[in-house]
Amino acid sequence: MLEAILALIKIGVVVFLVILPLVMMLILAERRVSAFIQNRLGPNRVGWQGMMQPVADGLKFLFKEDVIPGHVDRFLYLIAPGIILFPALLTFAVVPFGDQLTTYIGHTLVTIRFQIADLNVGVLYIVAVASLGVYGLVIGGYSSNNKYSMLGGLRSSAQMISYELPLGLAIISVVMMSGSLRLQDIVVDQYEIWNVFRQPLGFIIFLVASFAETNRLPFDLPEAEQELVGGYHTEYSSMKFASFFLAEYINMITASALITTLFFGGWHVPFGILEAINLPVLWEQIIQILAFSLKTLFFLFFFIWVRWTLPRFRYDQLMNLGWKSMVPLGLLNIVLTAIGIAVF
Amino acid sequence: MGMTDLSYDLKTDQMILNFGPQHPATHGTLRLVLELDGEVVKRAEPHIGYLHSGFEKLGEYKTYNQWITLSDRMNYLSPLANNIGFALAVETLIGIDVPERAKYIRVILAELSRIADHMVWLGTHALDIGAFTAFLYAFEAREHLYNIFEHVTGARLTTSYTRIGGLFRDVPHDFEELVRTFLKYFPGVLKELHGLLTRNRIWMDRTRGVGHISREDAINWGVTGPVLRGSGVAYDVRRNFPYLIYDRLDFEIPVCDDGDVYARYLVRMEELVQSMKIIEQCLADFPDGPVNYFDHKYTLPEKEAVYDSIEGLIHHFKNIMPGHGFEVPRGEIYVATEAPNGELGFYIVSDGSNRAYRLRVRPPSLVNFAGFDRMVRGNLVSDVVAVLGSLNIIAGELDR
Repeated sequence: MLEAILALIKIGVVVFLVILPLVMMLILAERRVSAFIQNRLGPNRVGWQGMMQPVADGLKFLFKEDVIPGHVDRFLYLIAPGIILFPALLTFAVVPFGDQLTTYIGHTLVTIRFQIADLNVGVLYIVAVASLGVYGLVIGGYSSNNKYSMLGGLRSSAQMISYELPLGLAIISVVMMSGSLRLQDIVVDQYEIWNVFRQPLGFIIFLVASFAETNRLPFDLPEAEQELVGGYHTEYSSMKFASFFLAEYINMITASALITTLFFGGWHVPFGILEAINLPVLWEQIIQILAFSLKTLFFLFFFIWVRWTLPRFRYDQLMNLGWKSMVPLGLLNIVLTAIGIAVF
Repeated sequence: MGMTDLSYDLKTDQMILNFGPQHPATHGTLRLVLELDGEVVKRAEPHIGYLHSGFEKLGEYKTYNQWITLSDRMNYLSPLANNIGFALAVETLIGIDVPERAKYIRVILAELSRIADHMVWLGTHALDIGAFTAFLYAFEAREHLYNIFEHVTGARLTTSYTRIGGLFRDVPHDFEELVRTFLKYFPGVLKELHGLLTRNRIWMDRTRGVGHISREDAINWGVTGPVLRGSGVAYDVRRNFPYLIYDRLDFEIPVCDDGDVYARYLVRMEELVQSMKIIEQCLADFPDGPVNYFDHKYTLPEKEAVYDSIEGLIHHFKNIMPGHGFEVPRGEIYVATEAPNGELGFYIVSDGSNRAYRLRVRPPSLVNFAGFDRMVRGNLVSDVVAVLGSLNIIAGELDR
């Protein structure tokens, strides 16, 4: 019973107090960072330094007329934004954002894990659920009954399937090192040295593939504005359009959190700082959560940084990169890892 | 290079995609009808006429000086180049040789507007390929130029700066200083843009081997400007048929043999450097003196002359009153200038009245656009956007 209540609290806190506000801040950050990169100011009128801009944007989305064009496949058109948003939120469930805290609540000794669900197949769960998101894109593109949307949907399905392979291969090499699919174990495994130093190739493959998975530039072909107008979300308006947007940003957060967990030691604080200063347990936990957040925020910044620097790939080049470079490299990395494990 | 051969046995229908007239990549109202097999373009049919404004026909109703305002609207990225081209054509027909200072000012402004045009071209081209930041860097540079234009002509876009026989007015006293400041500032922007794009692997992959035009085709289709020079033909009106003071200036005609989008990109980027070189030379020996032709039958007299002398008053009224204006001798003429996009020619037939009997423009955009189908056939939808960007089609000039 207590476990269930704790889980609910954690879901509430993570989803409504962390992820959704973070998404809003991320949208603002995207605009401000891009403005910084491009020598302009960006939105700075609503609230202090434009802090309330995302709220204003959100309100605008709510008040926009929700147009459902006459030529769409109504049922599929309506469920597509949900299909894309749901898996995006689900993936975060197994990401550990801290260690565990053993404390008394009332008179019972409770272990609070800073993770919504501690699955022993966590990595598999993420790969499985993340793949579901593509259905939203495909269904959205198909049901819109619009040629641009259709092309966008087709591109996204091809792209996501192609890039899940190298993504999976990179994860396999990490799992080979840790010997466990639990994300907590993977983090603990990196106590001595982070995976990014043991698996540099795997890290690069994972990073590139996660850009493709989140449909961010230079891999934003499904929504390539200058070619396909809006891609799969051309026909969507109001909150339905906002759902696609939200999903993209939530996916970005999950991707950053995963990069942190798999390659940058998750909530592990480097250089043995924590061991050296010897704080109370509660503070130790908080600092670890902060460390995790900082690492994740850095990768979120990296996502934004890359988006405003690089041009877009072409469809066939994207496929070539995926199948002809990334998959062979991923396989090579597995072989190298295996040799490494056998030798050392 | 590219994905030209996607032959498989599966029988599929071809999809007709209406690209424009309202589309983020068409920048203006162009319309392309694409026949697609998957994402491969089988045929591209450009439909023009969405921005038809009857500029040429209006030339038969407006006096020559009135028509200058219309030349702004024709190519709204480099209006000054159009002003100069048209004024030059009429002057050649009359036989006016504008004063030296006016020639220098015209050349400086023509080259500045070439830079301004290339900045918009580069910005939108990069934007179409997904590089948003290059777009804003380029536009910021253009902003500086537009400030200069505003300072000189009084307008940012609709400059209407030239008059037949000279200029609307002399440049302000700090003109040279402003231009020098810009010349100091601009190489930094150029360096940043090169850094973002030139050796960028994604940019090269997206542009190399795309939208290819061979040397022969380029000549046969009559394309001009950077598109022609990108196909390895060193033709530039400024060099081959010099006008104004271009025969006295030292500059190079950048040429690239590849004939693809990347070649056009490199040519235009080098043209920016050459334009700066030309402006520097002009500023180095910038002459003093009047900017208008001495014969006030064609140009407005000084205000003192209007107030103090009967001839001045007559010239003034003759020039500005409706239904009057100077008369141009019978004859016909074709004068071409090198506009940022290529050879911009004006063909004027005069019946001896104060208006043209027939005014015809040879717009570089239209001729460059004509070969579009053959450039994109077999390429992908994404390449359509890249090729369109590399041609820098100006819809106003396309439809006139």
